[in-house]
Amino acid sequence: MKAAGVLDNRNVLGLLFLLPAAALLLVFLTYPLGLGVWLGFTDAKIGRDGIWIGLENYEFLWGDPVFRLSVFNTFFYTLIASVFKFGLGLWLALLLNEHLPFKGFIRAIVLLPFIVPTVLSAIAFWWIYDTQFSIVSWLLTRMGWIHSNINFLGSPNPARVSTIVANVWRGVPFVAICLLAGLQTIAPSLYEAAAIDGATGWQRFRHITLPLLSPIIAVVMTFSVLFTFTDFQLIWVLTRGGPINATHLMATLSYQRAIPGGALGEGAAIATSMIPFLLAAILFSYFGLQRRKWQQGGRD
Amino acid sequence: MAADYLTSLPRRWVTIYIPLIVFLIVLLFPFYWMAITAFKPDAELMSATGNPFWVVQPTLMHFRKLLFDTAYPTWLWNTVLITVSSTLVSLAASVFAAYAIERLRFRGSRQVGLGIFLAYLVPPSILFIPLASMVFQLGIFDTRLALILTYPTFLIPFCTWLLMGYFRAIPYELEECALIDGATRWQILTRIILPLAVPGLISAGIFAFTLSWNEFLYALTFISASENKTVPVGVITELVEGDVYHWGALMAGALVGSLPVAVLYSFFVEHYVAGMTGAVKE
Repeated sequence: MKAAGVLDNRNVLGLLFLLPAAALLLVFLTYPLGLGVWLGFTDAKIGRDGIWIGLENYEFLWGDPVFRLSVFNTFFYTLIASVFKFGLGLWLALLLNEHLPFKGFIRAIVLLPFIVPTVLSAIAFWWIYDTQFSIVSWLLTRMGWIHSNINFLGSPNPARVSTIVANVWRGVPFVAICLLAGLQTIAPSLYEAAAIDGATGWQRFRHITLPLLSPIIAVVMTFSVLFTFTDFQLIWVLTRGGPINATHLMATLSYQRAIPGGALGEGAAIATSMIPFLLAAILFSYFGLQRRKWQQGGRD
Repeated sequence: MAADYLTSLPRRWVTIYIPLIVFLIVLLFPFYWMAITAFKPDAELMSATGNPFWVVQPTLMHFRKLLFDTAYPTWLWNTVLITVSSTLVSLAASVFAAYAIERLRFRGSRQVGLGIFLAYLVPPSILFIPLASMVFQLGIFDTRLALILTYPTFLIPFCTWLLMGYFRAIPYELEECALIDGATRWQILTRIILPLAVPGLISAGIFAFTLSWNEFLYALTFISASENKTVPVGVITELVEGDVYHWGALMAGALVGSLPVAVLYSFFVEHYVAGMTGAVKE
């Protein structure tokens, strides 16, 4: 009876129920998060415990042109890819929100790029970007637009554009389907009322769709920015950071230095330097774009 | 939209159907290209003449190479094993956690809920180095167990967050009635809450399955022996030999590796979409 009494206490029972998840997360998420920050202050190598060296890793990285380039690349990649993912995603969501034949089927296949393992679709892009047998080069040559094959991944700027295109291709469906879910919650009567009042299509979009959609846009784009900023797979498959480090992101550089390079401490320092940017993005979305009260019927 | 009747048919073609068709072609082309390449004999792959968009003499050569000359079947088996185990572990842990946070309302449950959400925002890219050193010290480096234990770090936060939403929608009255009738919390969870949250369980399960099937960074870092690799890592690290790319086999590998998630997804599209959008909407 006594044991049952203890189990009726919601605090005790709550902790008991929480235990498996909490244990796994504390051991394999919280602890490594701290360990990673700590490793960044050591000179740990693979197979050798490091000793505390203070800010030496960060001082080295500060003067390291490759690291600086990777920071620039990460921002460039995230910014451009996110702008396109948002624009194209919103457009696709608006298209899918129309009355269409086979609507469910279209919505299902639109999401395919997001479902399929990134690495495996990246391999398809790798083949599409092949220097000799690229289908894009073939097509453009046939149409007479270019006279020699495009070197998609072999020179810096084309490589940057190519990786961004592949990233946008994978990200647009996610943004579109999430925004579509938001669009479907907007009451049609609002559009009817606006149409009766003589609002144009643009005005309806600007003054009804956009304000009501903004909370979900904030969440979706925060996720999208976070995942793009910390992207690894796509770059690793397509370019491994090359050519001449032009597509190295902070995540790929940290992998390269830490695992094949063996410098765990330095890699951890690179990974840790992503944290302030991630926090900034989260805080920006939380405070800058969070759900306004008037959207829920309250006062601003 | 409501104002459909205001737009004429030709206008709809220009503003809706044509852009949509372009979107669909661009989004689906890489899959078509993957599939058509997987069935092309090498001679057609390398030929400069002929129509590259079609295959004249389809062949199963690349699939045969994949199945018999590489460790692909092993990778596939590893991926299935790791994915199913980590999904089940995460789902079980998440059900309890979500119920505790959402329904037991113990002291501090709101903070724990927020913590779970924040945990979802921690990307693998900043965890893999310390995790690698942990995995090494635990003596599970280069084992499938390393992945089964680390995948829940991104699966549990997602599943818990998702299930919290589903549990929230179940009326309290049901639980109160059961409590009055003398049911224990365990009985309430297994007999009332879980049966009502089946759609949520399916959504979380499907999503967790695809997330762990697609995982790459941990598998690349923690696994080195060929017989322990997962499909994404195996295809990238072992099917590329030097500068000779076996495009046919690579595409066949990508196609076969994508099929399980695509098939599962096609059966549960609605649950998947509900899971994805539900997690974002909260």
